[in-house]
Amino acid sequence: MSNSTIDLKKGLSIPVSGAADRIVSEKLVPDTVAIQPDEFKGFLPRLLVREGDAVLAGSPVMADKKNPEILLTSPVSGTVKEIVRGDKRKLLAVLIQSDAKQEYVDFGVQDAAAASADCVKSTLLKSGLWPAMIQRPYGILANPGITPKAIFVSAFSTAPLAADTEFTLADECKAIQAGITALSKIAKVHVCVPCSSSAFAKVKDASVHVVSGKHPAGNVGVQISHISPILKEETVWTVSLTLLSAIGKVFSEGKLILDRKVAVTGPCAKNPSYIETIPGMPISLIGKMACPDTEVRFISGDILSGKNVGKQGYLGFFDNQISLIREGRDTELFGWAKPFRFNQFSATRSYFSRLCPKKKYDMDTNLHGGPRAFVMPDSFYADVLPMDIYPLYLIKACIAEDIDKMEKFGIYEVLPEDLALCEFIDPSKNYIQSIIRKGIDLMLKEMA
Amino acid sequence: MEENAKKPGLFEEGGPLGFLHSTVDAFETFLRVPGTVSLKGAHVRDSVDLKRIMIIAVLSVVPAAIFGMWNVGYQHALATGTTASILQNFWFGFLRVLPLYIVAYVVGLAIEFGSAQIRKEEVNEGYLMSGMLIPLIVPVDVPLWMLAVAVAFAVIFGKEVFGGTGMNIWNPALLTRAFLFFAYPNQMSGSDTWIHLKKGETMIDGATGATPLSYIREGADALTNCGAQYGTDVWTMFWGGVPGSVGETSVIAILIGAFILIYTGVASWKIMVSSVAGALLVGWLGNLGGDAIPAYWHLVMGGFAFGTVFMATDPVTSPQTECGKWIYGFLVGAICVVIRLFNPGYAEGMMLAILLGNTFAPLIDHCVVERHITKKNKKAKIA
Repeated sequence: MSNSTIDLKKGLSIPVSGAADRIVSEKLVPDTVAIQPDEFKGFLPRLLVREGDAVLAGSPVMADKKNPEILLTSPVSGTVKEIVRGDKRKLLAVLIQSDAKQEYVDFGVQDAAAASADCVKSTLLKSGLWPAMIQRPYGILANPGITPKAIFVSAFSTAPLAADTEFTLADECKAIQAGITALSKIAKVHVCVPCSSSAFAKVKDASVHVVSGKHPAGNVGVQISHISPILKEETVWTVSLTLLSAIGKVFSEGKLILDRKVAVTGPCAKNPSYIETIPGMPISLIGKMACPDTEVRFISGDILSGKNVGKQGYLGFFDNQISLIREGRDTELFGWAKPFRFNQFSATRSYFSRLCPKKKYDMDTNLHGGPRAFVMPDSFYADVLPMDIYPLYLIKACIAEDIDKMEKFGIYEVLPEDLALCEFIDPSKNYIQSIIRKGIDLMLKEMA
Repeated sequence: MEENAKKPGLFEEGGPLGFLHSTVDAFETFLRVPGTVSLKGAHVRDSVDLKRIMIIAVLSVVPAAIFGMWNVGYQHALATGTTASILQNFWFGFLRVLPLYIVAYVVGLAIEFGSAQIRKEEVNEGYLMSGMLIPLIVPVDVPLWMLAVAVAFAVIFGKEVFGGTGMNIWNPALLTRAFLFFAYPNQMSGSDTWIHLKKGETMIDGATGATPLSYIREGADALTNCGAQYGTDVWTMFWGGVPGSVGETSVIAILIGAFILIYTGVASWKIMVSSVAGALLVGWLGNLGGDAIPAYWHLVMGGFAFGTVFMATDPVTSPQTECGKWIYGFLVGAICVVIRLFNPGYAEGMMLAILLGNTFAPLIDHCVVERHITKKNKKAKIA
């Protein structure tokens, strides 16, 4: 298989404290799990169960209204405990009470190598793993009716404190290989690894690319833009390595097994380490791992693009990391005017934190400033974006809601997460990811 | 319900003094970094903000400002034939320049605060830098009311009508100077403007207030005439003991500022380097064409160094793209020397060169970006 090496110079590794030790400190078996349709962009939920219904792991719970073959299934066996609705009866979550027996729907063991593309698709659809595939442009639910240009898998994450896949998935290589083999029936699979010695560098039925560099080198969007950029009217699908191993297990074991190792990280994590659990786990289960006496933000995902779910929230379907950081609601006298701010990090040289590159910082959620118009030039933001686009031009096109310019400046190639670092370093404190999200939503509306 | 509705505070929106909201907020955030937390997106943020960037920019100008104040006193002493200590010279200049600073900041910030309030935004820090620069690029004797009118013009028509800092096309500080130059040319050029004389004082015989740059227009011979007063060798022009706008004379002080700006990454070294290259190239072509001034003199004379380091590099009005910065810097340097070589009426070219550069910066960026996209599309088609 063709291999290539891509060395990315631009980017930034944020030196935040609280990296997880490579140990599994606990196996958490939640007695309630949540299935949240909002996590799947473009999924319009139609409920298939009622409160009190019995389900198995792999039983359908919701279907997409536009494309009823796309299902969300239960990760555990048990009974439907509650259907949570919000304003205008919007379906927020289905809570499932686990029976601790964990009985599975049998999808039948299949040899991935011998399966046809249609067979792979139908297995993914009925097992509820179809939504693991994200379609680009726009980062939406993949459309089973089309054949994408390629399927991309990033085998690593460079996000701050991200779970180390070499640890979490090292003993799942077989399942991952089965997953890749299955997906390769649909389209060409590209796998990006951080170095040639990676445990996943030797996978078959895929092109392996070595992508090295600082964050966001591990973002699949950045990798796509260097390997096979998305042009107008092209689509690619992406799938995370964690979910790829679940896909593999559907074929090799015939069951929906979503168990995963999750990194509990961040400056407010008492013993940053890994836990074993399943998606939809209530975050409150790890409440004891957070520092007491401070107001902690519970983030499902990383500190740049994760979701603030709160202590009452649930671990996201796609996430294998929980970040705990302090809410920085305190004010700082003369903060910006102090010559030194030893405990705060800046990627710029306007402070001196660059002089101690090894230091880790207890970061919090303070904005460190007020909202302003963009003042710094495009090149300032481009320094942390290893993609062939002009970020500020794209951002401004999104603000102006100018479809033609958004298209020209690369809206097809990005998801908000790719510009998360631009948001981090922005001295004008704009919500750049949200601007990009709005731009993408507008494109979706206009292109529909 | 009504009991629960929180009454707006004294300075909050809808409160009795709500029209001062932006002003109070500006002073409050000036003293303390507010406890605002991120609402969505990136949960953590870099500790840098615009206040920090602007304070660094302001600090980088301080050496030039201090030297400029001293030089006002020094030039006065030279022209009147008196002797004064370094401190006396500085104090003399300080008292002359301080009113300029007060006028520039009070007028400019008042307009900034007012327009921020009208737009219901927080006050942007951009004017701190403009206000720092304005007194340094005008003659020390400029009447204060003129300065006030010019600042008001530049801030309102150069910045606020476009939407405030970040949206403006031209450098506000240079617009101030351009306004003065075109509205009140008598006070802005000629040999009487550059040296402050108290009432009743006259220059001693042979002394002049002309700058090296204006002398050069009369030919190199004339240049030697003023050598008796302040020396016109390159070294003197480099360290700055010559008449001129308050802050522009000392290349050494300006280089200290350049070092701060480049080290911190607040200003682009690419613009500075390419501007110097542009000036040298045109100066050299001028030499080939018979101009007697060595090309490198242009770098130390007049406002070239000051403009290149502090004004051409303004992140808002210079190009956004790296490639655009090279082109823009080169144009600014080249146009400056072209004006110096071919314009008999007006010896200095830096102000107009930068304003012209500002005007063309969006076009330069447009060409760079379009070219990039065309190339990218071509590459994609081949692949």
